[in-house]
Amino acid sequence: MTRTSRFLVLLAAVLLLGGVGTVAVLHAADRTARHDKPQQGGPSVATGTVGLTPSGGRLLAFRSMAWGPHRDELATVPADRPNAVRTVSGEKCLRFYAAAGTGVCLRADHGALQDTYHAVILDASLHEVRSVPAAGIPSRARVSPSGHLAAWTVFVAGDTYGGTSFSTRASILDTRTWKLEDNLETFTVIKDGQPYHAQDINVWGVTFAADDNAFYATVATGGQTYLVHGDLAARTLTTLHQNVECPSLSPDGTRIAYKKRVAGAGSASPWRLYVLDLRTGIETATAEQRSVDDQADWSDNSTLVYALPGDTGSDLWSVPADGTGTPAKLLSSAASPSYLG
Amino acid sequence: MYLVERRTSPAPADADPGATPARRRWAAVPATVLALGAVSLITDVSSEMVTAVLPLYLVAGLGVSPLGFGLLDGIYNGFSSLVGLVGGHLADRRGGRHKAVAAAGYGLSALCKPFLLLAHSVGPIGALLAVDRTGKGLRTAPRDALISLSTEPERRGRAFGVHRAMDTAGALMGPLVAFGLLRLAQGSLLADGGERSGYDSVFAVSGCVAAIGVLVLLLFVPNSSTTTQPEQSAEDAPAAERPRLRASFALLHRPALLRLTLCAVLLGLTTVSDSFLYLLLQRQLKLPVYLFPLLPIGTAAGFLLLAVPLGVLADRVGRRRLFLAGHLALLLAYGVLLNSSAQWAVFLVLALHGSFYAATDGVLAAAAADAVPAEHRGAGLALVNTGQTAARFVCSLAFGAAWTVWGPHTALAAATGGLALCAALAALTLRSRPPHPSSDEAPA
Repeated sequence: MTRTSRFLVLLAAVLLLGGVGTVAVLHAADRTARHDKPQQGGPSVATGTVGLTPSGGRLLAFRSMAWGPHRDELATVPADRPNAVRTVSGEKCLRFYAAAGTGVCLRADHGALQDTYHAVILDASLHEVRSVPAAGIPSRARVSPSGHLAAWTVFVAGDTYGGTSFSTRASILDTRTWKLEDNLETFTVIKDGQPYHAQDINVWGVTFAADDNAFYATVATGGQTYLVHGDLAARTLTTLHQNVECPSLSPDGTRIAYKKRVAGAGSASPWRLYVLDLRTGIETATAEQRSVDDQADWSDNSTLVYALPGDTGSDLWSVPADGTGTPAKLLSSAASPSYLG
Repeated sequence: MYLVERRTSPAPADADPGATPARRRWAAVPATVLALGAVSLITDVSSEMVTAVLPLYLVAGLGVSPLGFGLLDGIYNGFSSLVGLVGGHLADRRGGRHKAVAAAGYGLSALCKPFLLLAHSVGPIGALLAVDRTGKGLRTAPRDALISLSTEPERRGRAFGVHRAMDTAGALMGPLVAFGLLRLAQGSLLADGGERSGYDSVFAVSGCVAAIGVLVLLLFVPNSSTTTQPEQSAEDAPAAERPRLRASFALLHRPALLRLTLCAVLLGLTTVSDSFLYLLLQRQLKLPVYLFPLLPIGTAAGFLLLAVPLGVLADRVGRRRLFLAGHLALLLAYGVLLNSSAQWAVFLVLALHGSFYAATDGVLAAAAADAVPAEHRGAGLALVNTGQTAARFVCSLAFGAAWTVWGPHTALAAATGGLALCAALAALTLRSRPPHPSSDEAPA
């Protein structure tokens, strides 16, 4: 083959493959555009003012996953009528939580070079009070019952050369002093009564107790996960129980709802939703048989709310915390639940 | 010396049939090296596109937890470097099939990309990445052999430098392309929760880009079978029929290669992996966590900028000398990390880390090429590379254990002491010159 014909072959291939690539991108853009319009049979949505301290009844706040122009926006419905028209706020969050008039919204910002992420603290009328850069893809968010502390967890891809190693970063921000603990891995881990070091420590899924100092979280090291009791002032994490991920403390502070990795469940659906009694150490399986990959929330002292994969990404379900009953769908096309008021 | 070497590998003339020696002296690097650099650049754009969006795809697109995904990393890497030995050996058989083996490796990785469109859970995605790595393992040694065979010995440092710079440029461009496409395809929607089409378009384009890379290799890289003399390969034919790994290890009877492999292993044993280094950087200097994803870009930028100048320098002052100097840069980086807590030190450490790569990565391949005759080039390069990779893997395990027992600061201090010792040993080992004249110290 001559030099010219080699270049011609390359040119033809570049044009052909360029065409294939263009079609793929256009096709994807087209599908996205269709999703940008409201779908038939989807939930009714109305724009309005969303506040974090409701004056009327109790509200359920969540990220609306319904296709249409308001997808991903923070929305509310009356807690007792979840299928009423949802009020959307215009505020887009990948993950959201609120308590006592303080909200934390984990947001993605599309930059020119790469996506960046921020944890944004919102006041009761959803005004941005503070924005803290986050290291990676948002995963979990929580606010303490008093509204004073906010926590979030993100996934970090270790290094682009290696490719596939991931870790988590968990941070806690005091919204009174703006003191930021941006990596809970730097806390002293006390495992079986001894200080413990390891390079593979990961912390995720913070949930707060009522005193604005104690919290619970997951620590993973050596292929094992632990429920830890955290002390913000002392900067310690003390292991309590094995095989606990994404803990969520009940409003009365006595139980932890969490996802437990169960044997023989298969790698595609490894977790079941469990409740641990902190006084007795007794684990109770909930009636939910499907794999739950979420940090559940308590709608009251006896009911859990959590997200499961659904048609538009995710739906919210609820199940009794004591192992009785059956799971029921609470709300379609929603994620990141928290109760206001 | 130049004439001796040229008789065993008259490659530049074959690589660019129209080139006269005068034209060649004018050109900075042979066309084959530029073509291979282009192949690596294009392939790295393709693979880094996938690497860049994969975490987001797993977490947001598929809703799976990526933790533990890296557990098999070490095993994949170990397997990939063993495949490298096989690749190097296969490439040398029947007088040089470097291009064919390299094309198989690039092709295998390219084939994985469209299958990502079908893989929707961690298991199949992990398997595809493993096959991708296998392709990478297979192609590295034959490609480096082709670079060395198509370049005059006294210019190999520069040639490898150009190749590595192009390779790194591709790696830096990949994420930009991927996020640009995601933006085009996703519009204003956040990229998660059942919206997978944006990622699908990234994977599709990545496949197309990888295919172009393979095509550039097939069209513009000449076959190496013409670069080795037929009588030599006939002479070595019985050797080629021996079991693969043993035949490769038999090359260690050559003192120059043995010494170089020993040094690569020794220094690899004390080279803390990139991910550990970034973790240490973040902890020692108390960097804000959001800067963490940017740290590898700092290293890559240093590597990109310095690969060519340091490659040229290696041709002047000697490759083995620069290889050692590169490790001194790494030693210095460890020293800064141990003794400094000022945040600006991050620039110094990343610059030293980047120059470590620039002074060692391509330079080691160039030095290894000097130590093996053309007909065993693939296997010889694979041997040195595998030794280094395996040693670094052992170092990762040991460093992780040291961190658990002693904590990060002491573990790094131990690694620093180890590196100083190994560098001294390596300097002693490399000081004794190989007896035959293909030493790299003095160009003709």
